[in-house]
Amino acid sequence: MPSKVLPVINAETAFARSPVSFDERVAGAGLSLCAGTVETLQVNVGKLCNQACKHCHVDAGPKRTEIMSRETAEQIIEAVRRFRFQTIDITGGAPELNPLFRYLVAESSAAGAHVIVRHNLTVMFEPDQDDLPEFFREQGVEVVSSLPYFLEQQTDAQRGHGVFAKSLEAMRRLNDAGYGMEGSGLTLNLVYNPVGAFLPPAQSSIEADFKRELKARYDVSFNRLYTITNMPIKRFLDYLRRTGNEERYMRKLVEAFNPQAVAGLMCRSLVSVDWTGRLYDCDFNQMLELGVAAHLPQVISDFDPTQFFARTISTAAHCFGCTAGAGSSCGGSVVNNQATV
Amino acid sequence: MAYYEEDDLGHFSDMGKHRPDLFEKFMAWYQACQEDGALSRREKALIGLAVAHALQCPYCIDAYAQSCLESGSNMEQMTEAIHMASALRGGATLIHGLQAHNSVNKVSM
Repeated sequence: MPSKVLPVINAETAFARSPVSFDERVAGAGLSLCAGTVETLQVNVGKLCNQACKHCHVDAGPKRTEIMSRETAEQIIEAVRRFRFQTIDITGGAPELNPLFRYLVAESSAAGAHVIVRHNLTVMFEPDQDDLPEFFREQGVEVVSSLPYFLEQQTDAQRGHGVFAKSLEAMRRLNDAGYGMEGSGLTLNLVYNPVGAFLPPAQSSIEADFKRELKARYDVSFNRLYTITNMPIKRFLDYLRRTGNEERYMRKLVEAFNPQAVAGLMCRSLVSVDWTGRLYDCDFNQMLELGVAAHLPQVISDFDPTQFFARTISTAAHCFGCTAGAGSSCGGSVVNNQATV
Repeated sequence: MAYYEEDDLGHFSDMGKHRPDLFEKFMAWYQACQEDGALSRREKALIGLAVAHALQCPYCIDAYAQSCLESGSNMEQMTEAIHMASALRGGATLIHGLQAHNSVNKVSM
């Protein structure tokens, strides 16, 4: 069980008191938020992690015990084989710490899916994990790793003391295996999260900084940098409240609403499944226990892509986090140019 | 700072209640100045931060500190920009010493 219960957005928060709901704001822009074809199954294998980052919307950490069972993992693989998702996006926690992680990766890859692993870099130094680069390479995995900044102070402030140095060592090992190296075909993408209560910069601009600085200072390489907005959920919301930043941050997200971001939202092409097999429109909704619409199948063993096509997405105030500025998704910003806000 | 309220920054548009035509002209020009051009938004935000300190405007310091963060600047870069403003203010004070010297020299033997 979690060591403490962290707040989630509810009717008592400043955000929920916003005069306009997310749905109303979308409708006001002449848009509606409906899903297209489900291309990606995002699998959250549980909350166990070797880190306890200050911005984590999962509230993941070393003391969490919620991890996926074999029965659920087998149901997921059955769905992967049957419905031929283009992409299986595996996340957590640190998904590698689940004993079924390699089974999920190998079976998804064997079924022909493109496999993405949300890999936090430092888990490579946990027991029995030192061969991860070779395992990723053998399975053709795309690795996506968080590194909030190219300097130690900012990275350790968000992710914990010593994380920056370990992350760089892990990146070197991934580079040695071919990841992030030009012409290797092995993809290592990084994720930038703001180290605090502010919006990310333009993705192309900060990506150029990361490439230049990480190469010059530490001789490490990567492919793309994804900018992702911090979501006011669980541990980041707790931070906003403790520091008196909640109302200001929420107002910032609402005022930065960008209608151009709606078309590219990840929930339109993704279904998220949790460690128990329950289905959600995205990983953020999962953490808020905001399930898919009530008339739809609720668990992976009942999943049917035809019923999920053109479904209405379950939304709440946190969705303003994905439409602020240039937009935000698991694949970074969703519009090319930073909107004027 | 009894005469400055943080929330006022969000009510800047209230200045458009009287003579909205003038406020709209100002805002159109102001917004256009912020856009990427020969200088990037990040460079412009750093200039804004430096000028805000030279003007010692708390609203501008708050706004441009946030703009710098959200355009990808770090604290080292922002602090260098603030030192530039400080250096210019110091240099401008010091070079006016020549005015004093000239004034004194004019009446001295």
